[in-house]
Amino acid sequence: MPIQHYLFLSMLLFCIGIMGALMRRNAIIIFMCIELMLNAVNLLLVAFSKMYADAAAQIFVFFIMVVAAAEVAVGLAVIVMMYRKVHSVDINILNRLKH
Amino acid sequence: MVIQEALFWFLTVMAIVCALGVILSRNPISSVLFLIATFFAISGHYILLNAQFLGIVNIIVYAGAIMVLFLFVIMLMNLNADTEPQKNRLIQFAGVISGGILFLVVLAAMRTVGGTAVDHTTTDIGLIKNLGKVLFTQYVLPFEISSVLFLSAMIGAIVIGKKE
Repeated sequence: MPIQHYLFLSMLLFCIGIMGALMRRNAIIIFMCIELMLNAVNLLLVAFSKMYADAAAQIFVFFIMVVAAAEVAVGLAVIVMMYRKVHSVDINILNRLKH
Repeated sequence: MVIQEALFWFLTVMAIVCALGVILSRNPISSVLFLIATFFAISGHYILLNAQFLGIVNIIVYAGAIMVLFLFVIMLMNLNADTEPQKNRLIQFAGVISGGILFLVVLAAMRTVGGTAVDHTTTDIGLIKNLGKVLFTQYVLPFEISSVLFLSAMIGAIVIGKKE
């Protein structure tokens, strides 16, 4: 399987994640699109790890998963607190930092 | 070789269709379920690429823990109504256009990349034994630092989430 196929697949997944983050207004969906982008990068790293027969890329994927798990824990806590304050997760309402 | 190519295309189509389902479905719950399906497809790719440990970890950590957290939060907020406010058409269109242009630019840049094939001879660098050796010799310092990161994230989530 040529490396270009993996390159284009992960690029397509990354761009779908970007489109979702720009299109949607629900903060949780935007968060999920960021997870999708992280996974696209992970897939490309694993493909390169196979291509060069190097285990370091898979360790990097492991660390990306660690950081993503920590990010999800803190981010969802922030979203839950925002929901408690304004009773919505619509990002057009969550612009209090402007004022 | 034929069955590997067939599996590759099946998993690719599954990943792309489910990723489109994440951003296009109105209901947040079905978005989460589509994202779990995408993660399963990506795990299948990992197993095709002889990264068995990462495939299993992807299913356990992402599809098992993180997405269940998302589902809990969505059900806790009672967001599973279909009446989610939408951005207006112009902003949606602009988002699709800008994402598509990014894809086209990278596609055009990567079109002439030399075609080194990812060979399908089985290697064993993706097994727990080899990954553990590399992780605990070469990358032991980042491993320890990530434990501090986890601790601070845990404390941060509790401090942010507690009622005052």
